[in-house]
Amino acid sequence: MTPATRPPDRALDERLLVVEPGSGRFEDRRIRDLPRLLRRGDLLVVNDAATLPASLQGTTSALEPIEVRLARVEDGNGEWTAALLGRGDWRMRTEDRPPPPFLPAGEVLRFGEDLAATIGSVSPVSPRLVTLAFDRKGDALWEALYRWARPVQYSYLEASVSTWDVQTSYGSRPWAVELPSAGRPLNWELLVALQRHGVGLASITHGAGLSSIGDAAADALLPLPERFEVPVAAVEAVEETRRRGGRVVAVGTSVVRALEGSASSNRGRLTPGAGVTDVRIHGHSPLRVADGLLTGLHEPGTSHFALTIAFAPEDTLTDAFRHAEAAGYLGHEFGDEMLILRDEAALG
Amino acid sequence: MEVRGLGMLITGGSRGLGAALGRTLARRGGRVALVARGARDLEAVVDEIRAAGGEAHGIAADVGNKNDVYPIAGAAAALVGPIDLLIHNASSLGPTPLPFLLDTACEDFEKVLATNLVGPFRLSKAIAGSMALRGRGLVVHITSDAGVVPYAHWGAYGVSKAALDQLGRIWAEELGDAGVRFLTIDPGEMDTAMHAAAMPDAERSALTRPEDAAARIAEILASAETIENGSRIDAFAWRPAA
Repeated sequence: MTPATRPPDRALDERLLVVEPGSGRFEDRRIRDLPRLLRRGDLLVVNDAATLPASLQGTTSALEPIEVRLARVEDGNGEWTAALLGRGDWRMRTEDRPPPPFLPAGEVLRFGEDLAATIGSVSPVSPRLVTLAFDRKGDALWEALYRWARPVQYSYLEASVSTWDVQTSYGSRPWAVELPSAGRPLNWELLVALQRHGVGLASITHGAGLSSIGDAAADALLPLPERFEVPVAAVEAVEETRRRGGRVVAVGTSVVRALEGSASSNRGRLTPGAGVTDVRIHGHSPLRVADGLLTGLHEPGTSHFALTIAFAPEDTLTDAFRHAEAAGYLGHEFGDEMLILRDEAALG
Repeated sequence: MEVRGLGMLITGGSRGLGAALGRTLARRGGRVALVARGARDLEAVVDEIRAAGGEAHGIAADVGNKNDVYPIAGAAAALVGPIDLLIHNASSLGPTPLPFLLDTACEDFEKVLATNLVGPFRLSKAIAGSMALRGRGLVVHITSDAGVVPYAHWGAYGVSKAALDQLGRIWAEELGDAGVRFLTIDPGEMDTAMHAAAMPDAERSALTRPEDAAARIAEILASAETIENGSRIDAFAWRPAA
């Protein structure tokens, strides 16, 4: 599928493929049609993590250039998970970049004018995956990260993206290292229209991780365990939606992981609280919370596609993807979207 | 609005009213992130609040610079949690002594608007959406009577404050239903470095101390839910609803 090569400027005009799992039908719509596709009493659950600029250009102790992509925001213990990338810049696909030099625990990396981090441990699966401890914390660390890091970049884009380009319209704590992209087209004109239409809005926070590291062994581990928080308000909104017979629609795969991760570690019940989830959703995963999914268009064979099979039969989704490809839908972070609504006829 | 435990962000936090608001709200249990351009002055205020047992964090940044918006909003939310109270207090007079409009450089006029008007717009744009999502939050614009009365010499500043007042009203109109409140508060003439720069001959004893204005504003915030959304309030003329 052709990727969208720049952040679109008319969110409501972006295309939306509506997939009906029961009948196997799908239909071409636009994002602006969402209020007509959802019903009074339905609930949209979004990921309110803001996107941290997570890519740091630095040097090793041998003065070799290195790019560090933060993969998980530290959780109070000062330990960050990060991926190391070798020479090259954002115009090269991560998998085409040469491997970084092997860097052992104890190696000190330097960024910008004065920021430094020490490698704490190296993953036994891939030497590109490490834990990092920075030389400062709190106010000083956040200030330095925002000063020296840039957003993770995408080689298929026409130009580099700024921190403004990789935010949703409702982000708060910067826990995501890449844009939780399914929520990107949801502007406030649309969200207010949905609320007026009787569709509820709830949020969780999920530290969406890296989409690609560029090394098969490391990429096979994606998504890495991710930090999430489910607030009491989200649990109440989901329970209220259930009681009234509404549908819970997750905006993005990160929301599915947070909701289902929370349920799977709490005997099937969505429970308020914070944690780290390594849940992997696939075709055989029982969905305990989400009835529907708003997401980008994912190529068959990818881990994101595997997650969507939990919502609709693989054949239907493969057909839908082929249709979207032929109809000129755009893919990737800034691309078009798909709405899968389980069990209910969404189409007229 | 109960301040205890609330994540809050105050711009212009190293001096005058902003620093006083930081001290007052931290004393009442707020988790305070302060923004100012000067790191050293900011650090002094943060240290003072912490020494008194409060929670405060300093973010050295320029609210008039678009590139600083996410460094401010992101760091603040990372440090104090989702922002439920945002106080746009930072403002700039432009060059002093204050010139006639005909003598004001175009670039200086634009710079004043960047700090006093466009800056608050951008920062609210990065923060108010998360408030609307949670269905709660309060955004305060600190204004001045120079936004209402056309004082000679106060052109750039007065225009920026008049526009800021209208910005607050329109925000309230658009996000009121989503549970986000906007208040515009005029603290009156205060004994600050900024006032001294604008009116060096003023009788200081006639001016309000920033601490007193901050205490007054804290009272208004405590009653924010009873005040009509989008209101512009004269801090010292305001009386709580009976």
